[in-house]
Amino acid sequence: MSIIPNWLHRLSSPKNFYRFAGTASNWCGWIALVLIIAGLYYGLIDSPPDYQQGDSARIMYVHVPAAWMSMFVYVVMASSAAVGMIWRIKASSAFANASAPVGAMFTALALLTGMLWGKPMWGTYWVWDARLTSELILLFLYLGYMALNSAIEDRETAARATAILALVGVVNIPIIHYSVEWWNTLHQGATVTKLDKPSIHISMLIPLLLMAFAFKFYYLSNVFRRARCELLERERGKAWVRELVGGEKGE
Amino acid sequence: MSDFFHMGGYAFYVWTSYALATVFMLFSWIQPRLRERRLLRDIERRLKRGER
Amino acid sequence: MSEAKLGVAFFTLLRRDLMLAYRHRAQMMNPLLFFVIVVSLFPLGLDPEPELLHTIAPGVIWVAALLAAMLSLDTMFRSDFEDGSLEQLLLTPHPLPLLVLAKILAHWLVSGLPLLLLAPLLGMLLNLGSEGLLPLLATLLLGTPILSLIGSIGVALTVGLRGGGVLLSLLILPLFIPVLIFAAAAVGNAEAGIDITGQLAFLGSLLAAAFALAPLATAAALRISLN
Repeated sequence: MSIIPNWLHRLSSPKNFYRFAGTASNWCGWIALVLIIAGLYYGLIDSPPDYQQGDSARIMYVHVPAAWMSMFVYVVMASSAAVGMIWRIKASSAFANASAPVGAMFTALALLTGMLWGKPMWGTYWVWDARLTSELILLFLYLGYMALNSAIEDRETAARATAILALVGVVNIPIIHYSVEWWNTLHQGATVTKLDKPSIHISMLIPLLLMAFAFKFYYLSNVFRRARCELLERERGKAWVRELVGGEKGE
Repeated sequence: MSDFFHMGGYAFYVWTSYALATVFMLFSWIQPRLRERRLLRDIERRLKRGER
Repeated sequence: MSEAKLGVAFFTLLRRDLMLAYRHRAQMMNPLLFFVIVVSLFPLGLDPEPELLHTIAPGVIWVAALLAAMLSLDTMFRSDFEDGSLEQLLLTPHPLPLLVLAKILAHWLVSGLPLLLLAPLLGMLLNLGSEGLLPLLATLLLGTPILSLIGSIGVALTVGLRGGGVLLSLLILPLFIPVLIFAAAAVGNAEAGIDITGQLAFLGSLLAAAFALAPLATAAALRISLN
């Protein structure tokens, strides 16, 4: 395994990862906060309303980054689960498990904001358009992962079983997307059903990208914190945990 | 200023979206912190009692 | 020389599963009965108007097929798990994915193939019409093995867990959606006179991919579940 640099190898030990994750979580958290404030300013105040959709287009600055994250997090989840299973790195499995609720949250957020964007646009809260339908199925995949995780008692077994599920899911997601797109073109009604982004103007691109990066840093901050928790629970009996708790009064 | 809140008539949709995002992300942010604190306290308590 | 042994092992396992199924054939009938009952619920819950039934027939039959598959999948590994023979299977020197394939084949012969035999009856109940029947059979022929293959992964992951059946459905039904979409649409399109070779080809390639990959995932999942 000489391709793995030394610092990465050291990081895979639960004790080192715990400490690293704490620092990383805080750093990412502050960066996320700054980016969110900037994104909110440019999104809500300093950008023009869309010529077609008016101010409702501002929902895009939440909906689109959330949708991007829902996909991104699943891929990261599957990858870190695979790494954790193949090389038996507990920190990686913890990272995967920690990602699931955050990914599910982003998916739910994408769905709800999508519905809130759709209502003024085409009159109903829900339409079976390709985007919303794919997001709904993705939510099912996340919830299934979390359900399997909680159904298995032994944490080690759970990590490996959910890794398989995540990998099967990640292979299926492109197939599901393609199928839903195809299904949608089959049944397209007279009204425009695509949840289209308004024509992107540079002044709209800036808040969009700001929020996208903000969400990414938020995700990292959140996942590192959750992974710490997960590791703590799995390693309760170990010496490094005892030292940690005995030495300092926790954080 | 009232234009800002009015959001061209879409006030409900826009503000609910941002409110949902805030609530979801805040909750998701707080929850692991509480859990970690509880966990550390629990481990400490067990240590003091001499259990593993 | 070990290939001959592998072939023997494969067919022995297949024959054993089929014999066991035959011995419990009353139980094997249940998902099929479920299939028919579920389909019958739709006219009762909606409107038995022939035009309406004709429109919803492909989708309803396929959804019912998915649900029936879920029910029957539960039995794939459970009895072997409970009496310990699953563990024995994992200990044999033969490659597990191939043995898993034997079990999946047995499962499909017992639970999937009969759905094809029932299809004409259900087509009649839902006013499917003669142009829809052959496409329906084609999609069922291609699609039901995919359900058994992908479903086996879910069964392997949940074998021995509490709440197994429902959990299995949560995990597997989303993965069935592409099959559902293309199969039901193919039947509908065929009735409208549109050429469906593309859709059947897509189902065929899903089947090929599932055939190649699912046994590997299922074998890995079995090893994990049995620790």
